[in-house]
Amino acid sequence: MPETETDAIVEARREMEICNACRYCEGFCAVFPAMERRRAFAAADLNFLANLCHNCRACYHACQYAPPHEFGLNLPRTLADLRAETYAAHALPRPLAALFRRNGTVVAGGAAIAAALALIVTVLLVAPGRLFAAHVGPGAFYAVIPRAVLVGLAGAAFVAALVALGLATRDFWHATGGGPAGAAAARAATHDVLTLRNLGGGGHGCNDRGEAFSMTRRRLHHATFYGFLLCFAATCAATIAADVFGRPAPYPWLSVPVVLGTAGGVLLAIGTGGLAWLRVVEDRAPTAPGLLGADFALIGVLWALAVSGLLLLGFRTTAAMGTLLALHFGLVLAFFLLLPFSKMVHAPFRAAALLRHAQELRAR
Amino acid sequence: MTAPDRIWDVLVVGGGNAALCAAIAAREAGASVLLLEHAPRAFRGGNSRHTRNLRAMHAAPTAVLTEAYLEDEFWDDLLRVTGGETDEALARMTIRASAEALPWMAACGVHFQPSLTGTLSLSRTNAFFLGGGKALVNAHYAHAERLGVVVRYDSEVTRLALDGGAVREVFATSRGFPVTVRARTVVAASGGFQANIAWLRESWGEAADNFLIRGTPYAQGRVLRDLLAQGAEPVGDPTQCHAVAIDARAPRFDGGIATRLDCVPFGIVVDRDAKRFYDEGEDVWPKRYAIWGRLVAQRPGQIAWSITDSRAESLFMPSVFPPIRAETIGGLADALGLDPTALEATVRDYNAAVRPGEFDSGRLDFCRTEGLDPPKTHWARTIEAPPFTGYPLRPGITFTYLGLRVDAGARVQMQDRRPAENLFAAGEIMAGNILGRGYLAGFGMTIGTVFGRIAGREAARHARN
Repeated sequence: MPETETDAIVEARREMEICNACRYCEGFCAVFPAMERRRAFAAADLNFLANLCHNCRACYHACQYAPPHEFGLNLPRTLADLRAETYAAHALPRPLAALFRRNGTVVAGGAAIAAALALIVTVLLVAPGRLFAAHVGPGAFYAVIPRAVLVGLAGAAFVAALVALGLATRDFWHATGGGPAGAAAARAATHDVLTLRNLGGGGHGCNDRGEAFSMTRRRLHHATFYGFLLCFAATCAATIAADVFGRPAPYPWLSVPVVLGTAGGVLLAIGTGGLAWLRVVEDRAPTAPGLLGADFALIGVLWALAVSGLLLLGFRTTAAMGTLLALHFGLVLAFFLLLPFSKMVHAPFRAAALLRHAQELRAR
Repeated sequence: MTAPDRIWDVLVVGGGNAALCAAIAAREAGASVLLLEHAPRAFRGGNSRHTRNLRAMHAAPTAVLTEAYLEDEFWDDLLRVTGGETDEALARMTIRASAEALPWMAACGVHFQPSLTGTLSLSRTNAFFLGGGKALVNAHYAHAERLGVVVRYDSEVTRLALDGGAVREVFATSRGFPVTVRARTVVAASGGFQANIAWLRESWGEAADNFLIRGTPYAQGRVLRDLLAQGAEPVGDPTQCHAVAIDARAPRFDGGIATRLDCVPFGIVVDRDAKRFYDEGEDVWPKRYAIWGRLVAQRPGQIAWSITDSRAESLFMPSVFPPIRAETIGGLADALGLDPTALEATVRDYNAAVRPGEFDSGRLDFCRTEGLDPPKTHWARTIEAPPFTGYPLRPGITFTYLGLRVDAGARVQMQDRRPAENLFAAGEIMAGNILGRGYLAGFGMTIGTVFGRIAGREAARHARN
């Protein structure tokens, strides 16, 4: 055993070895069938299993060895701690991995600073008569912030985020022993991602607030995930409308970008608001206290993105548009720049773990 | 406790599956119900906490059970394991009622696992609780409380005052304070006495001090002993308990399933003197699992060691404790605290007696020894590939057989052959009526569920008349 192993690895191994001698939880999620395929747990195995865990907590409440039993199993908490370590371990560029320490402060503070900066710079550079005037008609937004700035900065931040996240996920994939994936495994993993099957706790939901099963968290996560995708689709539709059909924003209420964006924004705001509420009322015993900040920060940034976008839409013909645009733009930039160093990493890492699991199931 | 002068319709003593089924059934029948659980909330549920499945009759495949499992086959299985130590009428009634147990439990919020992929091949006869017994217990408590059953944890019933076959008053210690409870009827569902070492010592002597208790430490048998002393009719062998060989490093209580060891058939087992004492390959492990507890209990110091080599390690389920390993047999003996010369001699004699054969861990393979006493009749393969591994074994007590005699209405029978007036029993405290000897996987939960429901229903009816 290498001496460099962290406490989280050592504890996860101890717990997995007990779980593997019990196996009562095998009906809950993918973690247990994946565990049963192993007799020994190397660090790479544990990092994989930690990211396969969806944190539904069913295993904690069903556990005959949960505290105060002397075996003291608390798998959801232990795997959450380990997951957070994997985010930092594979973060690229390497020096920025330190951002995963005190991640709640970093992400929340970063977003606040970026939004404030965007406002300040806008106020400094845009004449008050222009900033606080009502603009209508094609190109109205660009009267406040030039199109080259909007598209250029947001685009660059988005590409940088995608590259960093992609490289980190590739690093994680290789570190946990992943190889080329077949089409069948990819299909199964995609299904698991899109349905959040493993948040179902064997089909009955999560243990958000205690011993009772509930679908609330799964539904709120769906609202967040699909809301986010709809917002992204709205952005793509707007880009196509502007660049392919030469019709600059803003678009009418019943246009494709606005319908997609409105639906996405509402879903995202409800989903993230609900997830934050759940984190407040949840049973804290099976949660990792150190990760609460990172969760709230990501949820908060997404919520602010959704709400500022909806406000911008609602007040785009008024004098408030300029300020709202600057605020929303600042949040978008912050979200992209912080993306590879926020809890958002859970999405590609978990997808990679699901793909790895689907591969393993087909290997034999 | 609630208002001290309140008279409850039904008092349920105990907090496991049978007690909860009784409490729910009584409440569904309209009775006011108080349930007193000895354990604190974190350890509630008695031995049901450690269970995993329930054996159920069914005529056709269901969502959770494959094929069919009919009354006569179920009865034959029970007859075989008990060797006739059963009551056919009660047993057949239980078997028939088991068909309705699953839908009833599901309606109580208990979830079952769709199909089982693990190492046990019980998916035809037994329905598995999703997440195991603690998840079942959680669902039961939630349902009982939703219905209005009043639950008190940390509340041990110390005495039921019987007068002419009727319970008049019940004395308990609730969170450290003595209380008196008055109820029109009482359901005793407080389990056996397997965690009461002093009581086990009465039959097993000092050997009992070396027993490990696989389940709850709260199964003290206090209510059972109290009722037997007041004239309740006993059933089942008072000296016997179900015991398996488990890892000696397990906790004294509550080690549960994870302390199980399945390595015995793939090596040899030696006692404190490094000598073999029984045929390790007599039959497939599930059938021989249960005799090894008694075998180890009868060895000096109630300890034994399973010795295997590296080829055996992947043949059995991983254990919660790592094996003790060494590169030589002598080194392993040192690590285990055995005499190296003696263990080397035992392994040498065994290796010399192994006859060639086609080893197959999945069936009776007739790979055996010749001229060895005791012989090993299956899976006999030389122990020669280092590292060598050892697991220490001790008796792990699952449950005791002594209980209260009941009739088909779950009513406790008195020694004068009359039924008690307002006292009912369910679960391990009366399982000896039906399972007087041996073990049938998941059948304890069947008895608990069936008799819990009957006891609850009958108690509610009696209380309202």
